[in-house]
Amino acid sequence: MSASPTSRRRSPATFVLTAWLGGGLILFLAFFYFFGGWSLSAPADLTLCNGDEPQSLDPAIITGQLEGRLALALFEGLTTRNAKGDIIPGMAESWEKSPDGLTYTFHLRPEAKWSNGEPLTAYDFLNSWERVLNPATASEYSYQLYYLVNGEAYGTGKITDFSQVGVKAPDARTLVVTLTHPTAYFLELTSFQTLSPVPMETVKKYGDNWTKPEHIVSNGPYVLKEWRLKDYILVEANPYYWRPVRVHRIKVLPTNNPMTCFNLFYSHKTDLILDTRSIPSTLVQDIKNEPYFHANPFGATTFLRFNVKRKPFDDPRVRKALALALNKNDIVTKITRAGEPVANTLVPPGNAGYTPPQGLIYNPDEARRLLAEAGYPGGKGFPDVSLLFATRGSGPGDVAAEMQALWSRELGITSIHLRGQEWKVYLNTQQLIDFDMCLSAWIGDYNDPQTFIDMFVTDGGNNDTGWSNPQYDQMLQTSENTADPAQRMQILHDMEKILVEDDVPIVPIYFWVGMSLYQPDKLGGFEPNFVDDHRWGEFYIPEKKP
Amino acid sequence: MTAIIFRRLLQAIPVLFIVVSLTFVLMRSAPGSPFSGEKKMPEQIKAQWEKKYKLNGTISEQYGDYLWDVAHGDLGLSTQYFGRTVNQIIAQTLPVSMVLGSLAYTLALLIGVSLGAMAAIRHGQWGDRALTLLALLGISIPNFVVAPLLVIIFAIDLHLLPVAGWGSLDQIVLPALCLSIPFIAGIARLTRGSLLEILQLDFVRTARAKGLSEETVLFQHALKVAILPIVGYSGPAVAGILTGSVVIETFFGIPGIGPFFVNSVLNRDPFVTCGVVLIFSLFLILFNLVTDILYFVLDQRVKLA
Amino acid sequence: MSAFQLFYRVVRRDPLLIVCAFYLLLVMFFAFWGINHTGYDYARISNDSLQSPTLAHWWGTDVHGRDLLTRTLYGARISLLIAAVATLVSLTVGVTYGMISGYMGGRVDNLMMRLVEIIYSLPTLILVIVLVATLEGSATALLKWIGLGWLSPRLVLLFVFIGLTEWFTMARIIRGQVLVLKQQAFVQASLALGQSHLQILWKHLLPNLSGLILVYLTLTIPAVMLDESFLSFLGLGVQAPDASWGTLISEAAALINPVHSYWWTLLFPGGMMGLTLLALNFLGDGLRDTLDPRVRK
Repeated sequence: MSASPTSRRRSPATFVLTAWLGGGLILFLAFFYFFGGWSLSAPADLTLCNGDEPQSLDPAIITGQLEGRLALALFEGLTTRNAKGDIIPGMAESWEKSPDGLTYTFHLRPEAKWSNGEPLTAYDFLNSWERVLNPATASEYSYQLYYLVNGEAYGTGKITDFSQVGVKAPDARTLVVTLTHPTAYFLELTSFQTLSPVPMETVKKYGDNWTKPEHIVSNGPYVLKEWRLKDYILVEANPYYWRPVRVHRIKVLPTNNPMTCFNLFYSHKTDLILDTRSIPSTLVQDIKNEPYFHANPFGATTFLRFNVKRKPFDDPRVRKALALALNKNDIVTKITRAGEPVANTLVPPGNAGYTPPQGLIYNPDEARRLLAEAGYPGGKGFPDVSLLFATRGSGPGDVAAEMQALWSRELGITSIHLRGQEWKVYLNTQQLIDFDMCLSAWIGDYNDPQTFIDMFVTDGGNNDTGWSNPQYDQMLQTSENTADPAQRMQILHDMEKILVEDDVPIVPIYFWVGMSLYQPDKLGGFEPNFVDDHRWGEFYIPEKKP
Repeated sequence: MTAIIFRRLLQAIPVLFIVVSLTFVLMRSAPGSPFSGEKKMPEQIKAQWEKKYKLNGTISEQYGDYLWDVAHGDLGLSTQYFGRTVNQIIAQTLPVSMVLGSLAYTLALLIGVSLGAMAAIRHGQWGDRALTLLALLGISIPNFVVAPLLVIIFAIDLHLLPVAGWGSLDQIVLPALCLSIPFIAGIARLTRGSLLEILQLDFVRTARAKGLSEETVLFQHALKVAILPIVGYSGPAVAGILTGSVVIETFFGIPGIGPFFVNSVLNRDPFVTCGVVLIFSLFLILFNLVTDILYFVLDQRVKLA
Repeated sequence: MSAFQLFYRVVRRDPLLIVCAFYLLLVMFFAFWGINHTGYDYARISNDSLQSPTLAHWWGTDVHGRDLLTRTLYGARISLLIAAVATLVSLTVGVTYGMISGYMGGRVDNLMMRLVEIIYSLPTLILVIVLVATLEGSATALLKWIGLGWLSPRLVLLFVFIGLTEWFTMARIIRGQVLVLKQQAFVQASLALGQSHLQILWKHLLPNLSGLILVYLTLTIPAVMLDESFLSFLGLGVQAPDASWGTLISEAAALINPVHSYWWTLLFPGGMMGLTLLALNFLGDGLRDTLDPRVRK
């Protein structure tokens, strides 16, 4: 029909346009309301940046620090830590240690419960520890239970009868642990997530899905309420936890870009950044005098792993050459910039009674000589290799790029290319040893050099280099059976010398400076400690304190 | 008419088939499997994992398994996000991208048409020249250059809007705006162009002679024909919004499909990649069909009028 | 009309177009000659990290202490190279396809155009991402086999596949024009004289299409550049320590924060890229308008 110019009838075009726009708006609003990812529940009391999306929340299999933080908020072991980092009673209200230091008897507190109201018993610990040791679970940290009598035998499949392992539950509230040798830091181990109990029925029933919010049952200060991939994780105070939890809801952001984390903090969209790697290194000089900036000594090291089973890194001369040619000072002043000390050894300073070896000091001439001797004079003919790192913001990538440039400049090697992977994929690749070189880091699990040194035994769960040295393994055994602390430290010193000076399957780069961002008037219960272990159950918000 | 729709839908099936198959084969034959490495993983565990993810056997077997699953609506398991199925991931992320995309598109239509009309009215004056240049700027400068600029201006200097993230209403403004800018510009140019042509025609001059205001003339008669090219442009525009959203979501930290797709390609996660390709292609094909139908319908009406 | 006639008409139409052309020539000049005279190597790290522009570094430095001017010019070189080669691929495929489709007409034309329609509706850039990421290994092997092992396989993949995403418009336009030209008398006459189809296509039709080809060439280049920078921004295109505008802008974007502004890292690469694309689009528009204002889309 023709549209007469004077008619007031809507033309089809206007109708279509309006319909279209209207449709678009309705679609938008509908999605926004129902699925858009807005949390329609009550807002969180505390929002924090955890560093990245967690690989998993199963305490038996995780190895990363950020996963550990979440797991330790959800699950609690026999002991736990207070804000200062001291060991305090957790699920166990008291314990006795035998005079020879080999037997611990733990008494579980009567009010210990799971978040579904079921009582928590010593059998839960027994079954959970069996699960950790069981080779079928493939737990990277199962060696934390090798301190138990027959723990290693069971964990490596040499024996299949768990009743032979040194942990027993004579009744529902008592756990008796027998160790192979006195271990000064055993109580610290019992606070670690690997030794936490897991709800075995839930695990059996739901398999891999047991950690989903709709299935999970936990015993720690918090329960998992929501888990939206790469969006946020919401945890809420566990009503069955044995003491009051003062921060009711915590929203955990997986933002992995440090600059974005900082921007979120600055615009008050997040209250706490507790992962050092989530603080942009380029800004540290500018913000280090701000009241919200907190730095503390922290036992962690960034180092390079070689895959010693792949050419050319099967040749120790090549490894040593790359180690000697690396100007680590360049990296810490230009790239990381928080005043990190250069590391020529793996174990960070701060362990009482321990003297580290000297390690390999920067010596480019010697590096070039070794490289030539290995068959790659001036870097010629060096095969194509990759340097793996985790893409948590630009930090590790910048360090890797700097290393690539430094080796190019000093050794003439131009065939190294960079390989960045998302955190959880990177962890997987590292665990499978599917790399040539890998930029890694290790945070001490407890306050003793052993936590760094025992990583590299043959087939160690956290070795991940393919390196094997029977003498090293033997020395570890000896050290564990040495009663005299000074002698033991000497053995550890000698072990580290093999690691960082002789065989060099790894190259230490720098020691961490622990950093965190929060306004002190907005968050309490957060104090610096050497293992950087801040339990969320200790947090409180100052103005809300009764 | 229905015949055309039928034929197009029928065409779509082999296309989707080819696209998804290609993606699957590429992803599976590229080096870097999720389970490779030197670590001595117990053989039966490795076999278990491969069986669970249906990545055992030859590529044709894996492919067959995958097609069978897809036909039943199961898009597979993600190899990078332990325990999550592709269906779950898409169910969580697609709505987010849809919200962003539809807002961007709506903005593009609203602002684009208005700007284009304004420019057409002021033809010959400096207002037209300025708007034309602005539109050219809009389609030239990539959205990932505009985004940091707008963030600096509005979020950091003026503190009006948040820098990144998702969850509150103010966090959607900048991303949607940045995403829509090239399309605002495109639609503005189209509108202006079509309107300029129409404004010469006799019946418009007649309407003007009869004493109607410029706006009435414009919006009742000219828009009728100008809508055609806009509808035609919408097909590729939505495709552009889809691909543009990948960058915008990555930059603003928005948990939409984009960042998942990028990571799944980098991490060789075959099922997430294929799933995303499937969803995107399906969506585009359907949307193109809708716009083509619309175009057809409007075209007839214009011919009849 | 031929390319020369077109250019003459363009010059008369709007002096601003000449400015654009001049700017583009300047960019090419600096990217290919000037870069060797900045005094810095694009990959050379130094201790002057994140310095704002000074006399030593006219455009400042990035986080590794690399000179930004040199890196931006290097990025220009790579972006222009990819744009040129990819456009060439696009051109070859598009023109050939369009010419064949238009010339053959009838059923074949129908089928070919239908095919284009189908591919057009696919998320091509998404597919390019998958292709570039997964074929790198095969590309390396293939290049070595041909003897071109020194070429970066990633760049070659980018050339080819980005080129293959942008030929559709060119094909459509060429086909349309060929359909028109086909009817003209001189074509019939040549056929009568016994000339083969190929000769007609090459000797008679192609020169008459050159104007159109030039126009859409100028419009394809920015599209291709945009695609490449898009991929590089996501980390899927050019890899470190190489730089393209996309990677430079991505690095700059990662540095944005409220405490300390590193404005030079975004302004210079972003500005240069924006201006270049603007100039190309402006030129392309001008050419197209001159040729035939009615030819839209």
